[in-house]
Amino acid sequence: MRAVVLGVGNTIRADEGIGVRVVEALERGYVLPEGVVVIDAGTSSMEMLDDLSDLDFLLVIDAVNDGKPPGSLIRLVEDEVPVFFRRNLSPHGIGLSDVLAALELLGKSPKETVILGLQPVSMDLSLELTPQATARVPELVTQAVQELSVRGLAPTPR
Amino acid sequence: MSKRITIDPITRIEGHLRIDCDIEGGRVKKAWSSGQMWRGVEQILLGRDPRDAWAITQRICGVCTTVHAVTSVRAVENALQLEVPLNAQYIRNMIILAHSIHDFIVHFYHLSALDWVDVTSALKADPDKTAALAESLSSWKLNGKHEMRATHERLKNFVNGGQLGIFTNGYWGHPAMKLSPEVNLLAVAHYLQALKIQNHANKIVAILGSKSPHIQNLAVGGVSNPLAVDSQQVLTVERLLAVKEHIDALQDFVKNVYMVDVGAVGAFYADWTKYGAGVTHYLSVPDIPLDTKGTQFAFPGGYIENKNLAGQKQIKNFNDDFWGKGVEESVKHSWYDYSEKKPLHPYQGETKPNYTDFQDNGKYSWIKSPTFYGKPAQVGPLARVLNMLAAGYEPATQYATGTLDLVSKLAGTKVGLDAMHSTIGRHAARMISCCINADLLSEQWGLLMNNMAKGDLKTFNPPTFPKDEVMGVGFHEAPRGVLSHWVVIKDGKIKNYQCVVPSTWNACPRNDKDEPGPYEASLLDNPVADPEKPLEVLRTVHSFDPCIACAIHLTDKESNTNVSVKVV
Repeated sequence: MRAVVLGVGNTIRADEGIGVRVVEALERGYVLPEGVVVIDAGTSSMEMLDDLSDLDFLLVIDAVNDGKPPGSLIRLVEDEVPVFFRRNLSPHGIGLSDVLAALELLGKSPKETVILGLQPVSMDLSLELTPQATARVPELVTQAVQELSVRGLAPTPR
Repeated sequence: MSKRITIDPITRIEGHLRIDCDIEGGRVKKAWSSGQMWRGVEQILLGRDPRDAWAITQRICGVCTTVHAVTSVRAVENALQLEVPLNAQYIRNMIILAHSIHDFIVHFYHLSALDWVDVTSALKADPDKTAALAESLSSWKLNGKHEMRATHERLKNFVNGGQLGIFTNGYWGHPAMKLSPEVNLLAVAHYLQALKIQNHANKIVAILGSKSPHIQNLAVGGVSNPLAVDSQQVLTVERLLAVKEHIDALQDFVKNVYMVDVGAVGAFYADWTKYGAGVTHYLSVPDIPLDTKGTQFAFPGGYIENKNLAGQKQIKNFNDDFWGKGVEESVKHSWYDYSEKKPLHPYQGETKPNYTDFQDNGKYSWIKSPTFYGKPAQVGPLARVLNMLAAGYEPATQYATGTLDLVSKLAGTKVGLDAMHSTIGRHAARMISCCINADLLSEQWGLLMNNMAKGDLKTFNPPTFPKDEVMGVGFHEAPRGVLSHWVVIKDGKIKNYQCVVPSTWNACPRNDKDEPGPYEASLLDNPVADPEKPLEVLRTVHSFDPCIACAIHLTDKESNTNVSVKVV
């Protein structure tokens, strides 16, 4: 069993950094079982391709735009997980959806992908999450632990 | 009657780059480039410890992480006139070279090739004919029948399985697509191979930088990698040997695949050597420092005005006054206000926002407009390669000649250096730059191994900060061109910080004299067959590899298209 917990986001843009902050908290609080790798992907994209190839389970934690009220927790599975190549003017258009599409094209997609996230309250320039997002970090960590546990990959509290 | 089109990635919560064009008679008559987002990272840095600036600035951008990190430590070291141990220079050089190779490969294959390659046409190709064509062009090991048949099969299964959805956003069947099905299939095969090859560059960055994408090994005064000839804990000879294997794999792909593919696109789209020149003042800086003081560099940089290579002025080092005194930024057409109505030098730079709305003849961008001695300048691989050629840098002469010969042979007509001032020329220059960087990467690896073999394992000189005010500039010839960070330090804290990024030079709005920036100028007279599908505009804009410094990587469930075109 190979699994990755991927924290995605930009830590200088407030709640955009939620994914990174949650995986940091996860690693601080728990010892992950063998086969589970935690990655702070930051704002990278194609650099992650090798680490995400041929996984049994991919758990992504990210800020998610799902049209929900700011601060809402979001869980995307199966067809809700965005897999496509964007056409954009700038490489910043490359995001998770493109990486997942590239894996698909290579025949190396994760067997299962779940995205846990937060509808951001603010993406202004700041090194700190908003208070609402900060308050959600422990819940997201708990959710991540549950996602792993039900797949037989239970983390051990430190 | 002119028609206005707006290309804007509006489906993100905040947009990045917006391009507006007035189209008349199937040609672009006027263009505007607008950065749709305020960067302002400079504000976050004020009052902080200069030793921490690199770790924050590398989060400015999701694509150019290491380049901001390296430029930031160079700026602080320049302010302190601090020497950097040789090993640290070599390790940093290898990181930035590997990063650049990654960037070039991903840009060509994954971000811009589909402007020229029609994925759906590849389905009609004969895989065996494709292999025969590929093998006539290059000795690359994965050009054979087996590989082309497998690629064709995979693509067919994808489309039959209804999965072309991942490619929904391409302009398939557009009249400006000119490649034969076989060439399209070959490009798709290399597109897939490039996805795997780019990993080799990441591995190098990860081994040397302790982590990728956000490296952790930098320090003002050197790097934090302890070196050892035998210990397992640190950067050992064994791990460096692994780095060499990745370097060799990249070299093979760059010279046998990337070079040939760019040559083929250039030859089959030879008319695109006539479009996209734009601003032909070219600015680049020297890079890959070879001594502790940063006075000797592996490749030269300089300034060329109006395509005049013979009149080039070289930029010699970080302390060069010709460089340091030439840069100013104007905000006449940008959403900022300056205390005085004139361009400012980055040390005096101000970041006071004044958003107005999009005004065609007024303010219309969050990007400032930098000038070099009062003129707009194009930066990036084309500026780099032309400045290398002007300075007589031998590797550039060799690869540029080889490229032009290859294109001439495939096109069946003589293609000269003048063709480089174009949309296609920027792709060719990027590839030439990639070949040079692949060789330099190998060289830097050798220099590091030799220096360690001499018994020098030093990687760090501790900085000391004076009480009084000091200022410094760090520059880096980054993949997209000249990047500079300008720092003013007082009492050990950052008093002012300005980043003048490559895309500021290229994507800038009009300057104080209302002269258009490089993107804007390059779009003039570009053909546009169908204003609803402005593929040709994307071709020219993509040839610069736009990178508006503002990485947001939010997962967007709602949209599957990022470029929206509005015809007014």
